[in-house]
Amino acid sequence: MADEKKIFKVTIDNITIEVEAGTSILQAARSIGGDVVPPAMCYYSKLQGSGGKCRTCLVEVTAGSTADPRPMPKLVASCRTNVMEGMVVKSITSERVIDARNGVVEFLLINHPLDCPICDQAGECHLQDLSYEHGKEGTRYEFQRRTFEKHDLGPYIQLHMTRCILCYRCVFVADQLTEKREHGVLDRGDHSEIATYIEKALHNDFIGNVIDVCPVGALTDRTFRFKNRVWFLKPMDAHRDCPKCSGKVTLWNRGDEVYRVTARKNQWGEVEEWICNDCRFQKKKTSDWIIEGPTVVSRHSVISQGHYVGTVNPKEFLPAVMGGRNPRLLMDIHTVSEVNDPEIQLSKIEGPATSDVFGEEEKQE
Amino acid sequence: MVERKPMTWVERLYMWNIMKGMWITFRHIFKKKATISYPEQKRPFSPVFRGLQILNRDEEGRENCTACGLCAVACPAEAITMEGAERKKGEEHLYREEKYAAKYEINMLRCIFCGLCEEACPKDAIYLSETFAPSNYQRKGFIYGKDDLLIPHPKTNPVEYKKALGNRANKPQHEQQ
Repeated sequence: MADEKKIFKVTIDNITIEVEAGTSILQAARSIGGDVVPPAMCYYSKLQGSGGKCRTCLVEVTAGSTADPRPMPKLVASCRTNVMEGMVVKSITSERVIDARNGVVEFLLINHPLDCPICDQAGECHLQDLSYEHGKEGTRYEFQRRTFEKHDLGPYIQLHMTRCILCYRCVFVADQLTEKREHGVLDRGDHSEIATYIEKALHNDFIGNVIDVCPVGALTDRTFRFKNRVWFLKPMDAHRDCPKCSGKVTLWNRGDEVYRVTARKNQWGEVEEWICNDCRFQKKKTSDWIIEGPTVVSRHSVISQGHYVGTVNPKEFLPAVMGGRNPRLLMDIHTVSEVNDPEIQLSKIEGPATSDVFGEEEKQE
Repeated sequence: MVERKPMTWVERLYMWNIMKGMWITFRHIFKKKATISYPEQKRPFSPVFRGLQILNRDEEGRENCTACGLCAVACPAEAITMEGAERKKGEEHLYREEKYAAKYEINMLRCIFCGLCEEACPKDAIYLSETFAPSNYQRKGFIYGKDDLLIPHPKTNPVEYKKALGNRANKPQHEQQ
């Protein structure tokens, strides 16, 4: 009987579902989907041992199981608590949970610099979403925020420790995807930071995935740094034959230029398949890829702003009535505009663009 | 039912109607004029007037804009485009933060002066001023770059800076609202 799977019945926010024994409450809620899913900042289903650190996924268990229907006294982290037969869970229907998440967001934001206008993660940042949905408007914190120097982990990854929320996801990636971990969390408590000893470069084919798993903008792509905002880019599914990884990626294009390559992410913001550094950092040409089509972006995401889906172009009638001639173009914007200069190929530049690239001819005093 | 009788001879002279019309015209000589001789005279703007955009600097003259793109994404006419860049060492006196807008353009042909860019800006960088975009003979003159939009430097050009701030900035805060 041991190999036969036990099915447990759980009720989350008055919705009853059946899941296998050993499923966490979070996973059970995800199989329902919608608003009942607790947010998760540190838990990552593809990384073993992740979860239990950020406390954003707290839920209230009002009945432990059919055998022992007493409620759990404290709120529990749903990513690390497994379901039991007859368990009753309250997520968004519980006042206590909403209040606790408010508090957690406040704590996560205590040392967060809130430099979203500069941060490259803005627009796809889980902390942004979380604080927007669960946070309070103002801050009560009056003291100096914890700050660190930003530093480069190798040529491709930049670490802004100031933004880090210590979810440990990148540490798990390095542990589980690569043979040798070269970075980890140093120091304790308020001082703890993700670091490599002696600023050692991370040489591993899959280390670029730490950028994708990072829920905030602490680990960002140096080859994409400051080049554009994600919501001005066009995400497209593409693949290539890669000897190291599956080669299935999302390209972030501006026109024909590939500004950034990331792994494909599912609706929970988790990577579908890990991709290698070659795909992520080296293949910045459209001709390197076979494009499958535009990535489906949620309508509520800022990334879908200005992306018009399902539009029907009206029939051009002017050439027909003008005897085949096209109307005279009164101004071609590209001859006047200095933005998106075809001479400047941002995707070819290694790091962020500076004044050298744009050649500030009008230098104000 | 409209009565369609043929006009009499007197009526067909239109004399009476012309006199009536001329009397209205004549009366207007003594009325207050509705026009002013712009640009010598200018009308006061409403306190919430939304005019030409201006890119702000802080009190030390550093540019506030960090090219975060919120104005461009908020813009319903999609008039704003920009390109960001990283501040190098030695440029700290030019830009307030580590990222800045190397290029910033507003297509004034598209702009509808709704003020959503001003509302979206988290850095106090863009404001709608009390002037309007001057007229131009060519369309290309309406693509405003950074040199057209930036406010004059408060240290090196304080007179122009004061002028650019306009009347609203001189008023105390509670009157502005």
